[in-house]
Amino acid sequence: MTLACREDDVPPGEGRNITLEGTRIAIFRTDTGWYAVDAVCPHRGGPLADGIVCDHAVTCPLHDRAFDLRTGESPSGDRVTVYPVEVRDGEVYVEVVRAPVAA
Amino acid sequence: MSQRDRIVIVGGGIAGQAVAEALRERDPHVGITLVCGEDALPYDRIRLSEILVDGSDAATLALRPEEWFGDHDVDVLLGRWVEGGDLDAGVLTLDGAEELRFDKLVLATGSQPLLPPIPGIGLPGVHPFRDPADCDAIRASAASATHAAVIGGGLLGLEAARGIAAQGCDVTVVHLVDRLMERQLDPVAAAMLEPALADLGINVRLNAATQEILGGDRARGLRFKDGSSIEADLVVVSIGIRPEKTLAETLGVATRRGIVVADSMRTSHDRVWSVGECAEHAGMVYGLVAPILDQARVAADTLLGRTAAYTGSILSAKLKVAGIDLVSAGEAEGDTAAVVSDAAAGTYRKLTVRDGKAVGAILLGDVRGAEALVAAVRAAEEVTDPLEALAAASAAGPADLPDEAQICNCNGVCKGDLVAAVEVDGCTTPREVMARTRAGTGCGSCKPAVIDIVAMATGGLNEEPAYLCACRKQTREELADQIRAQGLRSVSEVAQCCGTGRDCGACKPALAYLVSEVNDNRHREERHARYINDRVHANIQKDGTFSVVPKMRGGVTTPSELRRIADVAEKYEIPLVKVTGGQRIDLLGVAKEDLPKVWRDLDMPSGFAYAKAVRTVKTCVGEQHCRFGLGDSMGFGIEIEKAWEGLHTPAKVKAGVSGCPRNCAEATIKDIGIVAVEGGWQVRIGGAAGASVREADILDTVETKAEAMRLSTTFLQYYREHADYKERTYDFVPRIGLDEIRRIVTDEQLGAALRERFRLAKAATIDPWLERDTPYHPRQFTDLDQQPEPTVVVGPPEEARR
Repeated sequence: MTLACREDDVPPGEGRNITLEGTRIAIFRTDTGWYAVDAVCPHRGGPLADGIVCDHAVTCPLHDRAFDLRTGESPSGDRVTVYPVEVRDGEVYVEVVRAPVAA
Repeated sequence: MSQRDRIVIVGGGIAGQAVAEALRERDPHVGITLVCGEDALPYDRIRLSEILVDGSDAATLALRPEEWFGDHDVDVLLGRWVEGGDLDAGVLTLDGAEELRFDKLVLATGSQPLLPPIPGIGLPGVHPFRDPADCDAIRASAASATHAAVIGGGLLGLEAARGIAAQGCDVTVVHLVDRLMERQLDPVAAAMLEPALADLGINVRLNAATQEILGGDRARGLRFKDGSSIEADLVVVSIGIRPEKTLAETLGVATRRGIVVADSMRTSHDRVWSVGECAEHAGMVYGLVAPILDQARVAADTLLGRTAAYTGSILSAKLKVAGIDLVSAGEAEGDTAAVVSDAAAGTYRKLTVRDGKAVGAILLGDVRGAEALVAAVRAAEEVTDPLEALAAASAAGPADLPDEAQICNCNGVCKGDLVAAVEVDGCTTPREVMARTRAGTGCGSCKPAVIDIVAMATGGLNEEPAYLCACRKQTREELADQIRAQGLRSVSEVAQCCGTGRDCGACKPALAYLVSEVNDNRHREERHARYINDRVHANIQKDGTFSVVPKMRGGVTTPSELRRIADVAEKYEIPLVKVTGGQRIDLLGVAKEDLPKVWRDLDMPSGFAYAKAVRTVKTCVGEQHCRFGLGDSMGFGIEIEKAWEGLHTPAKVKAGVSGCPRNCAEATIKDIGIVAVEGGWQVRIGGAAGASVREADILDTVETKAEAMRLSTTFLQYYREHADYKERTYDFVPRIGLDEIRRIVTDEQLGAALRERFRLAKAATIDPWLERDTPYHPRQFTDLDQQPEPTVVVGPPEEARR
């Protein structure tokens, strides 16, 4: 797991971006916990960290695609990769797993 | 590779993708490899003409996002060509001599555009219309061309012509035979199509056999068999397709016009199947999407050892040309036909019958009942009285359609599938149904029918109240009552108490507005409930940068402000500076982390161009300068803007003040517009000139500026309190009714109460750009790998702590 930020760095109910091991990731802090997904909406490249967040969903600010932060799935059929997050002693860690590459 | 069977599909078009999807739906384990010759994932060629019309990115045509292939365990080889192989041994040779093993092989190699072997076909300025690169080339040429010609008056040729005409280029469709779309239309319908095309700027020349493309260095014109010629510096060729069978021939698979397949979609070799535009079934090669999807489903079954047979398809087509409604199915002519036609109105409806059965339909200009008629043709329904059947179809609603009626031809979705999505899967909106069934996601022409059917299946889309929170089914009025009764002061408190906004979050901005409005702006601000625009007080653009519009009341500025704006634009290398329709200056392309610095250097207040708020009061110069001026529109506009600025509203409010009825400030199409007239001021509300155009209603004509200010302010507050979130005044005014609004805002007591609440709310507004020095959070404007400015104070700015 890689250290991403301190807990205070992300305002409650919002998201912020970071590049970890070459991957652009959006980290979200919500009432139900911490989540990390791909930073860029697969639809038209919207910045998901700037979206509206609730318990465990984010809505892209450009065209309102909604993604479940637990699974990365969207009712539209689009999908983002979900990265495991852990908070220890006020610090936020993310596991950067690469998406499987098609053979 | 494991023990499981591996099916290799050669060809990354609609057909290859359809086979991969149909296989995976039926068998979660079988190995699937898709070999794409192009560098792009499979895309929707049907919608190519959309790119031609609006120039949007080819990526928007992708059939599935990249992740789909990983999620569905479909291996993809991009930009790889199959050069040969040994079918008996189950081995293909790829470019670079690499080998690819297969148990079963599907050839979905598609087709090439047919190009006539005439002199000049290779000249610059001559393009086929087949892939996104062709679209780019045609668009680029159309921008500078003076006259374009499209060779071929079929479906695709007409769509190409429409795309070129949309660029403002004169275009002539040149067709070999005596009528357009001869495969789909009879002579009468084809002739009626011509004036409709002429209205779109498309000329038609029939019986024209092109013999030569003229021009030495590039295309300059066309010469025909009869010796005549036309000028054309852009030539698009769309005369048909040639099945791509080169690989099949190399591998030793039997071909005629295309790759020959049996009803099982199997070729002459028992390990090889073929699907799509390259395949020839019973002497037919199909170039439309619906038959290809039928073939893919049959092939998937037989590839997996199940029994299935393809027995041919009845063709149906919709012309995707904006402004022309045309649907055809089956045969254009038969034994008997019923025709209802109105030449003046340009409508033509025909049902063709043979041996007492429906075999064809043509609907031009009036496509009511198209789904029912196409379904009748597909099912070869018995028809005793074709005229009666035509009349019944035009009156038929979605409820009358049989479950088997195919609504989405691109993705093969029937009415029954749509109804099941509602009744079985619990979808409640057209959007959900389209996401689940894929209906309407191909060419999109069936969307109105999908919406009708979903409305029928859900019992009516409009009968549902307008919920603020759709997940919890709570209305604005119910929530406002709760907020008042329990003294709730923040979105979190409402969420905790009522559950609002916790499931999908979509309603949080509406809730944030409601909380602020009910509390007269003395609420606890929570930025997570606001759109990004209201978190950083700037308007997000498609590339994630922001636009900055400083306050410029009434559109009046000073040399010193202009100098600062110019300096800021240079210092921050702002890529675009534009004057807006609301008489403001817009700095576009500012990075989020630069926003506080840009505001500081501008030293001007926010212009609120990003918010659902009072945006602009546009003015003309008025009586101070204009020789026609009847009132001081500029001074009054500035006064109004000062009185209203900073107030958030349910949706944006644009205002205007004109100094005379010539109306140079366009006040008659503003949410609130004021016009100086002889002896007073006219106050107008509910105007718009956006997606819909609506002339503002006259609320009243009054004698003094003070009265006009009081009346319009009272209306503004009434709108702030009673409109649904995102409901513009042009929807709000007709919904409430002008008479009712007039009664309330002119009522002495009600009006006074509204103005008192307005005064309270206005008193609590501040310039949000002051957050440049006192941001809500140290990282309000920065990402985690950027350094925030050091001077920050945590918490809301002093002015907002009440």
